[in-house]
Amino acid sequence: MTKQYDAIIIGAGHNGLTCAAYLAKAGKKVVVLEARDTVGGMASTSEFAPGFKVSNGAQYATMLNTQVMRDLGISLEYAAKDLPTVVINPDGNNLRMSGDTVSGNLSDSDKAQFSEFKAHTRKFAKVLSGALKVRPPKVVEGDWHDKINLMKLGLKMRLLGTDDMRDLMRIATINLYDVLNERFDNGQLKAAMSLDGIYGNHLAPRSPNTVLNYLYRRTGDLHGFNDPALVKGGMGKVGEAFAEAAKKAGVEIRTGAKVASINVHAEVASGVTLENGDVIEAKAIVSGADPKTTFQKLVGARNIEAGFVRRIRNFRAKGNVAKLQVALKDLPKFAGVDAKDAGGRLVITGDMDYVERAFNHAKYGEYSEKPVLDINIPSVHDDSLAPAGKHVMTVLVQYAPYELRAGWDENKETFKSIVMDLIETHAPGFKDLVEHSELLTPADLEAEFGVHGGHWHHGELTLNQFLMTRPVPTATQYSTPVDNLYLASAGTHPGGGVSGLCGHNAAKQILRTKGV
Amino acid sequence: MKKYDAIVIGAGHNGLTTAAYLAKSGLDVLVLERNDYIGGATVSRELHPETKYSNCSYVCSLLRPEIVRDLELPKYGLQVVPYGGGVTYQRDGNYYTNYDDHDRQYREIARFSKRDANAYERYTADVLKQTRLIRPFLMRTPPDPTSFKAKDLQELAYLASKFTGLGETGMADALRFWTMSIGDFLDEYFESDIIKAHMAGGGIIGTALGVYSPGTAYVLLHHYMGDVDGSVGAWGFARGGMGAVSNALYQAFMAHGGELKTGAGVDHLIVKNNQTKGVVCENGDEYYADVVVSGLDPKRTFLDIINEEDLPEDVIKKAKNFKIRGSSGKVNIALDGLPTFNGIDPRSVKMKGDFHFIDSLERMERAYDDWKDGTWSKDPFVDLLIPTLVDPTMAPTGKHMMTVFVQYCPPKVNGEEWTDADRDAFGQTVIDQIAQYSPDFKSLIAHAEVRTPRELEKEVGLTEGNIFQGELTFDQLMFNRPFPGYAQYRGPIKGMYMCASGTHPGGGVMAAPGANAAREVLLDLKRKNVVPEGYADD
Amino acid sequence: MLDLNTVREQDLIVEPTHFTERLKPYAKTNDWFNWKGYMACNTFECEGKEYAAIRSGTGVFDICPMSKYDITGPDAMEYLNRIMTRDIAKLNVDRVTYVIWCDDNGYIQDDGTLFRLSENHYRLCSYEHAMDWLMNCAEGFDVEIKDTTRDIAALAVQGPTSFGVLEAMGLEGLENLKPFGIMRVPFKSGEIMISRTGFTGDLGYELWTTPDLAGDMFDELFEAGRLRALKPMGAIALDLARIEAGFVQAGVDFLTSEHVIRTGRQRTPLELDMEWLVDFNKPLFNGRKALLKQKEEGPRYRFVKLDVEGNKPAHNSFIFNKGKQVGTVTSAAWCPTAKTNVAFAMLEWPYGRDTDNLEAEIYFQRELGWTKVMAKCKPMKGPAFDPARKRATPPSRI
Repeated sequence: MTKQYDAIIIGAGHNGLTCAAYLAKAGKKVVVLEARDTVGGMASTSEFAPGFKVSNGAQYATMLNTQVMRDLGISLEYAAKDLPTVVINPDGNNLRMSGDTVSGNLSDSDKAQFSEFKAHTRKFAKVLSGALKVRPPKVVEGDWHDKINLMKLGLKMRLLGTDDMRDLMRIATINLYDVLNERFDNGQLKAAMSLDGIYGNHLAPRSPNTVLNYLYRRTGDLHGFNDPALVKGGMGKVGEAFAEAAKKAGVEIRTGAKVASINVHAEVASGVTLENGDVIEAKAIVSGADPKTTFQKLVGARNIEAGFVRRIRNFRAKGNVAKLQVALKDLPKFAGVDAKDAGGRLVITGDMDYVERAFNHAKYGEYSEKPVLDINIPSVHDDSLAPAGKHVMTVLVQYAPYELRAGWDENKETFKSIVMDLIETHAPGFKDLVEHSELLTPADLEAEFGVHGGHWHHGELTLNQFLMTRPVPTATQYSTPVDNLYLASAGTHPGGGVSGLCGHNAAKQILRTKGV
Repeated sequence: MKKYDAIVIGAGHNGLTTAAYLAKSGLDVLVLERNDYIGGATVSRELHPETKYSNCSYVCSLLRPEIVRDLELPKYGLQVVPYGGGVTYQRDGNYYTNYDDHDRQYREIARFSKRDANAYERYTADVLKQTRLIRPFLMRTPPDPTSFKAKDLQELAYLASKFTGLGETGMADALRFWTMSIGDFLDEYFESDIIKAHMAGGGIIGTALGVYSPGTAYVLLHHYMGDVDGSVGAWGFARGGMGAVSNALYQAFMAHGGELKTGAGVDHLIVKNNQTKGVVCENGDEYYADVVVSGLDPKRTFLDIINEEDLPEDVIKKAKNFKIRGSSGKVNIALDGLPTFNGIDPRSVKMKGDFHFIDSLERMERAYDDWKDGTWSKDPFVDLLIPTLVDPTMAPTGKHMMTVFVQYCPPKVNGEEWTDADRDAFGQTVIDQIAQYSPDFKSLIAHAEVRTPRELEKEVGLTEGNIFQGELTFDQLMFNRPFPGYAQYRGPIKGMYMCASGTHPGGGVMAAPGANAAREVLLDLKRKNVVPEGYADD
Repeated sequence: MLDLNTVREQDLIVEPTHFTERLKPYAKTNDWFNWKGYMACNTFECEGKEYAAIRSGTGVFDICPMSKYDITGPDAMEYLNRIMTRDIAKLNVDRVTYVIWCDDNGYIQDDGTLFRLSENHYRLCSYEHAMDWLMNCAEGFDVEIKDTTRDIAALAVQGPTSFGVLEAMGLEGLENLKPFGIMRVPFKSGEIMISRTGFTGDLGYELWTTPDLAGDMFDELFEAGRLRALKPMGAIALDLARIEAGFVQAGVDFLTSEHVIRTGRQRTPLELDMEWLVDFNKPLFNGRKALLKQKEEGPRYRFVKLDVEGNKPAHNSFIFNKGKQVGTVTSAAWCPTAKTNVAFAMLEWPYGRDTDNLEAEIYFQRELGWTKVMAKCKPMKGPAFDPARKRATPPSRI
């Protein structure tokens, strides 16, 4: 029997679309099935109050891969690039980080170290990025591709020179807390820098793996995102652009087509059944859904071997970030933030111990009593997001554990008011400007986007879920124990962030596989 | 004045091991010890009449059997007596008993969860797989991955072959294990809180990390990779206290013609043209040798006893950044009688092992939160033993000695130096916790020695009171220990070496660093190797 | 067996089973051993006589320590079918089957017997503890798994007179019970479940009841057996019988895969000559993919049952093929009834392919004088002992 399609992609998230586009460009007949009515997955813009639009998933563009963008012919219009990061305080005694420079009330040594550290870590990011854009190598069973990839990685490390290679091997597995303390004095500077190492993960500055995440974020620098950028019209435009590129390559995209199950018999996937009962078949089924959703929900634990079920169960994917979005009558005034920075990335962090204490709660299933906030008012740069003269604010709130012991339903409003009060102390009068506000907990993100645990990266980005252990051993390199079923989501190597690399790598691997 | 072939600074167990091997090779070796007694943190001290305390290290498992046999330590009185048993109490008084025979342990775990009892068998096998991976490296010098020297490439290839020998999935599982938190690792096996809490202790002992900090599964391995007479993961008491280990090493050293001076703290190294020439003691005495081996921790070695101008700048920076935060305290208690523990028959095997009074990973993690906040844990994780029940030589008959290891205890209290009042309050926290489970315990206390990181630093010389001479995180393990580029026991100055726990394979009374260092010294002196190499696992 | 919470206070290393008190008077040699934490006998009086009882009368073996799990629920059959290599759908109610199960790599986790007690109620008896794996496998299935090891009192009643004994005991209707069948007979206030199963390769039954009836069942069984050469048997006699009958044993002939520490020491069913237990027509079971791959690529080992020349058991022997060492013996015994010197051996592939020239290197001593012989070995087609009475229905009344 000939199948209708060469490949079905489940989910029109940016990775699914990327994978679809590459497959289509190689001549494959591809359909993308999206449960929601819009494309883009967590690269999404929603109108949460009449006239107020906001990126309700990812907030900034920080990782978009230039090669993927070029290959797919995507160009985005940015409302602002190189957003400065301003560490805000109620007294207006702020720090401002932009590019490789930091200004504010801090020592010359810190200022110098800041530039040096960014440049230093960018060298490491370069080494890392080489490993991110190819499939994770198999070391024992690997073929010549893997051997070459490993050799390239080894060579890149050697080319760093002895001192840098040693430093990379020293810090790669450890925490930012110690590494930043080695160089910097200013507590708030360290805390603000540490945010790049903890985002979306169940990690705090003292947790090993935060250097890894920091370097991972720095790979974005190599694509022009030393600082975050705002996409005009919100992140939903990214989703749309990827969808356009896919369509141009010949991909068929069906929205409102929720996949109810991946049809597997004898550990071979043949197609999918939609919620409306339609069955669609293809030679390759590519899941853009996270690994837990893919195997526990769509395939079903009972349709795969039990050892693998256990591995998937042990994949850690519980989100930690909540999102606050606020419709504002006017622009709030943050102390010490001038007009040019009003649309920047405004962070409330305290020092690293403050972040660490905020994290302590999350370890025990509580929300942070004093959370860490990453605030942005994109409407400053983009008037398409709010009615004239009005503004929209979005805030990333750490930490908000997916499984709140006391229950989110009962406690969401309390947590929201904690966050609002904290903003109020930094921008007096803020609360009076609020027309509408809503807090999306990881549980809400799960419901909205279908990502297990509402986890940004589809699963913790830690060394035990990285490279040849992402998502789990025996399902690396985008194939799975189920024949014809592939993974292309952020749950695979290299991981989260809107980069397109998971989809890119997955497509390359699928095209290498016989019979697709 | 007399010139020695080699001087070893510090008569801890590693210094003595290096010295013994160098002497065995026929070198004229001098050991200089600051204290009036030898042993460093491997010591038995009579601080209460007729009662001996192993007042720092207190149990033995990691000590490499190759060294014990090779230096004939049993001939010099070393005897390691295995122990087993112990309990982990729940708050409600119910407890888990850690029987050391498999079937009873199975039955005991099954009281809490039948699934966990069975999962423990899988857990043991999986941890043992990892010990088999690491054990061959204990008695080898780590390779320098940036080097192209034949020896380094060969060692790297050996390292790689051990990993790839596990197969693709086995290797990936090893990578997961080595980078995981002990909490996450245990969650993959067990459902019962108390079982997890009991198993997790080894993941944090001596460590400035919590049970949910990635990397603590490795720390567990560090406490699991030793053995008592081939029983991997088992622990024992050195008969007569841990001092028996250093005394036996001392006697082996003496038997090979060594010389040792106590009360001889080293002030600084004599360095000429980037070559060590000897040392100057605090009392002004000078001793000469072209080989000087430091048994002190890396911070004291490079920041205290070597003049700054004799060192390259990068080493000073690396030494300053070396992580050696103290995280543990100790309370040693002389008892007028055997305390009773609620619900436990005093004759039971339960009395003869480790007691813990914490029943969930969450409580352990909260204990760590206190340390992060700069204070000792208010609800600490303790590892309590009554060695006199296994080794009656430690106290007069009828009296007892109790050793209580406490996690967590910070090097400074809220950023300030420890005061005596702080120390006493810390001791009281520990005693109060124990007394909740033992009604007559307080009334039996004849003497108590409370040791915080301050005491450990002051008396033994371990910076910040870190028991491992440096934290066991990957930036300070294998070829990164103590610092990248200096992991092969050689310092930046010609003739200067490091031999203690600050070097590979790290802390614990293992003697492997000392032996490995001696091997490298002999290699440089172009002398025949007398240090056992490799490993006899099958 | 005791309540778990009372065991704790006693610090027992081994605990009694439901029959220990009854067996004690028979244990003349007091040769107890620890079987998974329970008291079991190596021998009661003389292993030779115990073995003889199995083959000419009836031997009784206490199987309380064996791990037992009850699996119930609407998905029980499908759940077990995903675990086991055989097709469990073919197992009818009141039937028993021998099963093995594998991990995802196709390595054998354990073997055991699976009882279908009713439509949605199965009982698994296994050598190793299995709760962890059974629970792990339950995700996605509507099943309940209960460890019933302590809740069941069971005896194996094995040998040519066993039918006669049970009939004399007053258990009616047994004559129509076929091998691997199950029936239930009222007994006192409850019932005894009887399965025609065993580990001796002879006519035999296993009796299962509740702990409260254990004593009465034992007493009536032994009373009925008084004139029918019934004896309690120990583990040594049973081991001899199972080797003679060609049964492999976990922990001896293969290792349970999740407890293996050294890479490569696990074995697949194909390597243990157990392909007949693997139903590749089933769409899914744990290890299926790996086993299919191995079937294609060929196994690493070959398990053979050997008839060894001479009468010296080839315990722990190396096996040679034309002078090259190709394998090791896992189980060996001189089998008195079959008059065969049996050895089970694990041969390394590909050297084990040719089995025409195998030799076992056997060491034995007489009066401290050690001798080495190289004994020729022939692969056996079936078990050394396979009597027709094992299958006869109705069985002999003697």
